[in-house]
Amino acid sequence: MLKTLTTGLALTFLASSAMPALAAQDSAPVTPVITDGQDLFERFGGRPGLERIMDDFLVNLNADERTAPFFRGIDETRVKRMLVEQFCVILNGPCTYTGRSMSEAHRGMGVTEADFYALVENLQVAMSDNGVPFRAQNRLLAALAPQHRDIIAE
Amino acid sequence: MAFTSRLSLVLTSLALGTTTAPAFSQDGDGLFNLSGPSSGRLLLTGGVSQVEGSAGGGLTPWALIAGYGTENQIGGAGYFTRVETDDYSLESYGVQVGVFNRVELSISQQSFNLEDVGVALGLGPEYDIDVTTYGAKVRLFGDAVLEQDSWIPQVSVGIQYKDNAQDALVQSLGADDGDGLDVYLSATKLYLDQSLLLNATVRMTQANQFGILGFDEDYSVEFEASAAYLINRFLAVGAEYRTKPDNLAIAAEGDAFDVFVAWAPTKNVSATLAYVDLGNIVVGDQTGVYASLNFSF
Repeated sequence: MLKTLTTGLALTFLASSAMPALAAQDSAPVTPVITDGQDLFERFGGRPGLERIMDDFLVNLNADERTAPFFRGIDETRVKRMLVEQFCVILNGPCTYTGRSMSEAHRGMGVTEADFYALVENLQVAMSDNGVPFRAQNRLLAALAPQHRDIIAE
Repeated sequence: MAFTSRLSLVLTSLALGTTTAPAFSQDGDGLFNLSGPSSGRLLLTGGVSQVEGSAGGGLTPWALIAGYGTENQIGGAGYFTRVETDDYSLESYGVQVGVFNRVELSISQQSFNLEDVGVALGLGPEYDIDVTTYGAKVRLFGDAVLEQDSWIPQVSVGIQYKDNAQDALVQSLGADDGDGLDVYLSATKLYLDQSLLLNATVRMTQANQFGILGFDEDYSVEFEASAAYLINRFLAVGAEYRTKPDNLAIAAEGDAFDVFVAWAPTKNVSATLAYVDLGNIVVGDQTGVYASLNFSF
């Protein structure tokens, strides 16, 4: 019984290569794209919707004392444009991401796991406030989650 | 447990929940700092508290570590649960501490009023059996939330040492022992693409009816599964199933299941309501309501 169990666990542990319909690599220097998106981009309101979400997102991030220190003195216009481009690409929208990789962009910032989650919470609030359906929000978060490896400092 | 001890345990749980408890975090030197109001992991990702005091669903311990503490933080939870079935009732309350999203320690009390089941056993209608459960859980590998590009679940191993206060009674009913150790392995994953959390647990146990009716000298292997669908950030619905051994001649035992709704209006408080079927407990199939308040930080 125990032998079967441990064999099963070992096989599960080894079978790590299958993924949902996501074109990405492990350390994600390339932005992932959700290819089975079923109008995901539309559910976010297209490009105008993403712009409104990023406006709210940055307001939230600056108001939250956990995340505000990371966003002090940044070029907000540029950061918003990069966020819109990146999320547009992820949602299989007609955009090109012209920004840096997540590792480059976050190098030396000392981002902790708690900081990462605080950012996610603020993004969730911004998406909800702009009427993005919860299922669609989670699809975006699923695509973003692996980026934690490039964002959270070792 | 004496009333005053029970009261202070519940009050401690409330105190833990209602203060905006800061998250304690460890900086690079290994010193502990206060790092602002409770933050850490995402809403509902510490699970709620299952009847034996560990973090998980209502019936089943999950691989999640209690509270909201991330890998540098300490978190935890306190809870109070009441189950009312046809012929008996159960109160469970306890506290959990989660350390660095790696280790969970818990202590809880299960207090069973046997009511009609007690009458059927010849004990009278107001008979209480108390079990104290000491739990420990270690996350072996995986992260249920972050590793969305992998099929690997979060896997934890745990133990629940259960000490029944009515040794003599349970042994007179046919149990071999008044205390026992459960060992379990849980695999949990949140599939964000489907807004679905799944858990599978395998448990080795000697316990009759979670330990209320004592412990058998032989271990049996039991299986538990949970599924929870996230409706929005604050609300989840789900179901659980749990097989149980059937050791006592006097008291047939069956599998248990529940369907639940869990609502977390804030990160600090959640309420769970469930319809529960605990299987046969001596006198018949025990179905009823499960209600739980969980305070997390």
